[in-house]
Amino acid sequence: MIEVKNLNKSFGDEHVLKDISVLFEEGKVNMIIGQSGSGKSVFTKCVVGLHKPDTGEVLYEGKNFLEMDIDEKTEIRTNIGMLFQASALFDSMTVEENIMFPLTMFTNKSKAEMLTRANECLDRVNLKGVNKAYPAEISGGMQKRIAIARAIAMKPKFLFCDEPNSGLDPQTAIVIDNLIRDLTYEMNITTVVITHDMNSVIEIGDNIMFIYKGEKWWEGSKEDILRTDNKEIGDFVYASEFMKTLRNKLA
Amino acid sequence: MTNLLFHIGQYFLLLKRAFSRPEKFRIYRIRFVNEIHSIGITSLGIVSLMSVFMGAVIALQTASNMESPLLPAYTVGFTTRQSIILEFSPTIIALILAGKGGSNIASEIGTMKVTEQIDALEIMGVNSASFLILPKIMAGVFIFPFLIMISMFLGVFGGWLICASTGVVNTNDYIYGIQYDFRTFHVSYALLKTVVFAFIITTISSYFGYFSKGSALEVGRSSTQAVVYSSVFILLLNYIITQLILI
Repeated sequence: MIEVKNLNKSFGDEHVLKDISVLFEEGKVNMIIGQSGSGKSVFTKCVVGLHKPDTGEVLYEGKNFLEMDIDEKTEIRTNIGMLFQASALFDSMTVEENIMFPLTMFTNKSKAEMLTRANECLDRVNLKGVNKAYPAEISGGMQKRIAIARAIAMKPKFLFCDEPNSGLDPQTAIVIDNLIRDLTYEMNITTVVITHDMNSVIEIGDNIMFIYKGEKWWEGSKEDILRTDNKEIGDFVYASEFMKTLRNKLA
Repeated sequence: MTNLLFHIGQYFLLLKRAFSRPEKFRIYRIRFVNEIHSIGITSLGIVSLMSVFMGAVIALQTASNMESPLLPAYTVGFTTRQSIILEFSPTIIALILAGKGGSNIASEIGTMKVTEQIDALEIMGVNSASFLILPKIMAGVFIFPFLIMISMFLGVFGGWLICASTGVVNTNDYIYGIQYDFRTFHVSYALLKTVVFAFIITTISSYFGYFSKGSALEVGRSSTQAVVYSSVFILLLNYIITQLILI
């Protein structure tokens, strides 16, 4: 469980995050949605410690991440897996080495044990025979799956996904969505997904937070989001003709 | 001025992070060896080529400018050796390495920055500054002196090669010249400069790479800035070290 309390962040005179409080529940897919530039990525970077918030608290299982010393932060970070928008696989390493990397850095496992774990993770994301390939040699969808495999290699308690479907075709996007959802339930982890993709929200979202102009504008379930009469959410959710048609049918 | 102070402060803070306790020495050792190959061994070709031609040109120019019959023939060997050891090998080769190795370091780290690979390291709990930069600094400081010693040898050899092949000075005079009034302190001075230049090239290039923002265009810009600033600081420190040690 991750609890964020009264998070504020400014860059110069620009107040990017305004007093955001939210609870990300364990064993659920918690989604953050909002327009481009609304502050979703900055918010997530503050939560994982890549940005330092001006004020507020980020509690991982009740402990304030921002007040931890370097060793405690490292301990928490070994329990965090993150899937980046562009996968962020290490170019100079093979697929296998990418997945084994966190194990190499933070465990004392033998190479054979690490290889076994890497293969388990690759099996879990339904990839075989790519162990020795370099990231540049495989497709975007495969890169995402390998990034997920790397993120779960350390059996994390928290999984963050930054626009996991960006740049993917609809079918591959659904594969990635389902993988994120299944892993969340199987491993009972706290998953936070940032997305623009309403299909993803409807497909896998348990709890949804809508950020608008740096503020937490709305929070609820996927059933609620289709029925809310909040104008800003309506403009975001029903931006496409397809969603407008769906709304009319629901009505 | 504020901008300059900001960059200086940020540079030293990055160095502080880079020199903090490594997570696992074994991994750093492997990276150190890889960096020796990447920064040093791959530069051997260009260093050798430059050194042989530099030595040859110095010998030829010295010989062609010696008009007085009072100047002994061994002056060509002596001048070539002194120019190569004191200045050409440590400084000119350092400028070449700033261009090749520096831009390579800045673009490698810069690409990792803009593709979020550095963020990925940080989120895993890895000190990215130490993981990426420290092995490069150590490798540069370790391998550059060897490159410069090879360069010194090849430079003097290049001088002999051109003298022997063109006959402007005979081999005996050239050999006598390169042995004449030889001071090992000059080699120590050159190697000291090299260590300082290696530190400058690796840290400045890493700095510009690490703080790259945005796109591939920015990475290219960082790479150029790394080469320009490394070169400027090499020239500046070359003057300061020479003033302090030789004068």
